[in-house]
Formats: sequence, C-alpha cells, structure tokens
Amino acid sequence: MKIQEKTKEALSTLFADLPPSEPEPDDAEEGEKKPVPRGNGIIEQDYLLKGFHLDVQLESEQLLEAVQIIFDLGYYLESITGVDWIKDDQLEVVYDFSRYDFDLCRTVLRTRLPRSAPQLPSITPIYTGASWHERETHDFFGIIFDGHPHLVPLLLPEDADFHPLLKDFKA
Amino acid sequence: MTEPISLQPDETFVLNVGPQHPATHGVLRVKMTMDGEYIYNAETVLGYIHRMHEKMAENRTYPQFMPNMGRLDYLSAMAFNHGYALVVERACGIEVPERAEYIRVITVELNRISSHLVWLGAYVLDLGGFTPLMYCFDDREQILDLLESVTGSRLTYCYFRFGGLYNDIDDDFISGTRAFIKRMRKELKMYAKLVTGNIILMRRLKDHGPVDQDMCQRYGATGPVARGSGINYDVRRNEPYSVYPEFDFEVPVYGECDSYARYLVRMDEMEQSLRIIEQALDKLPDGPVNPKKKPKLIKPPPGDYFAAVETARGNFGIRMVSDGSKNAYRLKLRSPTYSNMHLFDEACRGMLIADALAFMGSLDLVIPEMDR
Repeated sequence: MKIQEKTKEALSTLFADLPPSEPEPDDAEEGEKKPVPRGNGIIEQDYLLKGFHLDVQLESEQLLEAVQIIFDLGYYLESITGVDWIKDDQLEVVYDFSRYDFDLCRTVLRTRLPRSAPQLPSITPIYTGASWHERETHDFFGIIFDGHPHLVPLLLPEDADFHPLLKDFKA
Repeated sequence: MTEPISLQPDETFVLNVGPQHPATHGVLRVKMTMDGEYIYNAETVLGYIHRMHEKMAENRTYPQFMPNMGRLDYLSAMAFNHGYALVVERACGIEVPERAEYIRVITVELNRISSHLVWLGAYVLDLGGFTPLMYCFDDREQILDLLESVTGSRLTYCYFRFGGLYNDIDDDFISGTRAFIKRMRKELKMYAKLVTGNIILMRRLKDHGPVDQDMCQRYGATGPVARGSGINYDVRRNEPYSVYPEFDFEVPVYGECDSYARYLVRMDEMEQSLRIIEQALDKLPDGPVNPKKKPKLIKPPPGDYFAAVETARGNFGIRMVSDGSKNAYRLKLRSPTYSNMHLFDEACRGMLIADALAFMGSLDLVIPEMDR
C-alpha cells in the first residue's frame, strides 16, 4: 500500500463525523481565492502542478492528533509557516511534512485561526524541531503556541513586539 | 567521552560563544551552560543578520526577487536560484528547454563542489590544520573563475531565469570544466591522503557528534547530516527534479552517525558531482537556453505551490502562496541549516566544548541562510 493512501486513511479518521465530500482539486484552488474558505478535509493534489500530495485542512483541536499520526508514519517536519488572510480576518498556519524514503508523499496540514486570538497547541512534544519554526511563526505573525517551552523572539530582536508578515504591518 | 558524566547544575557557569567567534563561521551565538569543560545545556541564539527576505518577496515582483536568492546561502547560491526558478515555473507552467536544464545541473553541481571545498578548508582549519584551506581555496578559485565567465558573478549568482538562463555557456567554459574535472579528481585523491586518513582528524571526529535517525526525524535534518546518519535521502533522488534522473550517480550514505560520517559524505559527494558534470557535458544538447514562449509578466494563478531542491547543505524548500498578482502573497523559504543547526542544542549536551565545536563544523553552517 502506498504511503499516500495509508496516510489518507489514517488521517480520514479525524474527519469521520464529516459528511463525505467530493474532494475535487479544482474546487480547492477556487477555494483559495474565494471569500468562503474551504471546509475541513483531505484533498489529494496534483503533485506536478502543486508540488505536494496531500492537503489537509483541520480544526486546531485536531492538530496534535493529526501530527501524532503523521509522526508515527515516519514523516519528518519540513517547516511551519503562516499566511495572513486579512480579507477573511483569518490567519492560516501551514505545516509541511515530507519523507526520507522513496515513497514520495508531501503532506500539508493547515488550520485557520481568527486574527483576533491566534492560538494553537504547540507540536514540540512530538516534533522537537518544531520549536524554532514555531518561534519564527510567532515572531512573524504573532501566533501563540500553547505549551511551547520557550516562546521568545528568535529571528527578530529580543524585545520585538511587532509582527512584520502581517499584511497590516507598517514599518 | 563515552561514559555519562554526572552533572551538577549548581556548579555551572554560562559561556557565551559568539556572536563573533571564528568557529561559528558567521554571526551565530550559542549560550552554553558549562559544567567545567562539559556542556550542560546550550541555547542557540539566531537572528543577528536577519534581513526578512520573506517580506521582501511580498514587496517585489517575481523576477525582482531572484537576486535575493543568491544572498541567502552565499556558498550554494546556484541551488537556491534553482529552487526559486522551479517553484515559479511550476506555478506558471513554464517549460524549460533541455539545454538550459543541463546547464543548470552543471552549474549547480560546480557550485556544490565549491561549497564543499569551502567547508572542507574551513572545517579542517577549525580543527587546527591550516594547510588544506589553501589547497581548497585554490581549487575553488578554478570553479569561481569558470562560473564568473558565464554568470558574471563570483559568489552571489543570479544566473537562472524563469524558464531558462541568463546566458549560454561557451566552448571555453566546456573545455575549462573538463580540465577542472581532471584536476579535481587528482586533488580529491590528494585530499584523501592529506586529510581523510589523518589520525588526528579521525580521533577528533570519530564517535563524536552523535546524530541518530530518530533525532533527524524529530528535527527535520536533511542533506549530509541525514546521510551521515544512515538515511538515504537526497532530494535529487527521492524527488527527482530537472534532468537529474538521466544521470548515473550515487548518493553516499554512511551509518556511523558521527562527525566523521558527515565528513565522508561530503567528500564522496564531490566525487559524485564530478560524475554528474561529466555526464551532463557529454550529453549536453544543442538548442536555445530560453523558452520561445514565456509570459511577459509573471503572474502565477492563485493557490499554493511547493518545490524542493538539494543544496549543498540539504533540502531547500520554497512554499509560495500566490493571489494572482505580480507579487507573491507569501513566500516561505525553508532553509536546510535551520533544521540542521537546531539539533545542535540537544546533541551537544554532555560534550566537551572542543568536541562540540568540531561537531558544529560538521553541520556545515551558513548563517545568512539560517537567519534569512
């Protein structure tokens, strides 16, 4: 069984109570620019077009569970980043995972947070290396990672109270 | 060094390594809590040369951002060019002519060798051997001259264009590269005699700086650090891009998980890069180096895109979010040393400080790429 199917199967347990939607890749692309964000669920992307295979949107409460599944399947953490969707009044946090073996499957977990109170559980208990990525995302977007052991500015000055990658940031 | 040390936290003191320290090869600070000569805890402090490249990407058009890629990892700038070109080409659906792909591979691999040569020279210099640095920089000079003749710059290359290249290579470059391959093969044998088998070097590196596979996974280490831990992971192989599948090369993997394994991986990689260049020169097709049809204005359709390349230090990924305008909505640069360095804090605990610095050198740090 290919890891892509395996991952999809394992992750789909998270969305068991969701009605089975029709995951069409074209729909997802549209969803990015439409004011209505796409719903939670797994979408299989065209690798040649997008550069990744599985695109999973979930609630912040599901995050730790999903990351644990991903970790157990042997993925390594590539990066964590944010995107400021100021028009939707939301911040998106994106987790990139990849694999060391030849069964290629890049998996993206994403979750949307309200801009006013961006809070998310930290995944450092699972992926130790998330520490710097989370601190960086905290620097740039002001997202608070609950349970992070040392959430102080990493790349910005130690007394920085601004978040330069927010779209309403003025230097 | 192998038996566990009993640590007494109340007898520790803080030692500040950097931000200006010759062993860190850049502006990097490590706050070490020491128990005598042993490290009790270490905290890396980054950001001294943070320039916010990701914000610059949002303020510039796609082609305008290309020169920034050479300023991230100044030793392996060509691979960073490649990564950025790949993601924009993927997003816009730009076809790259075959000749351009081959020249890309040749220049990237030359750049990889020059990067490893700087690492080798500087690393052995860290360990107290001055002479190899001179030889390494002599060899590297040949590469810089070759690349200067086609790209116009010696270090911060901005050679790739979306869909092609800035400049075609000429016969001088081809003959010069062939001469270099011949020379470098001889030099690599010399390095093996001069450095690799050196008993002092071996005693400093063997069984020091343990990075196991579990640690690699937790931190996302890639490149020679992962390959020195027995992980057969090379983006050129695992996730083929450009024309790499057409070449016959090996991915050196050593399972010893120590600094010496990482050293050997890089030494072998130079040999493999020479093989790739040689094959690419043999197969080099004729034709244009820029596509005939190319959008005048680069405006990728909305959505997110990802591309990864193997730089000299590991997996460099770019996540690009486009909103359909001529600037990127968000551009995330995933740099390899950022993850590779992160494991230092955990791995150096209980090490002698001299060994920790030898370990740090084996991670092959380039600070501007970490700080971005």
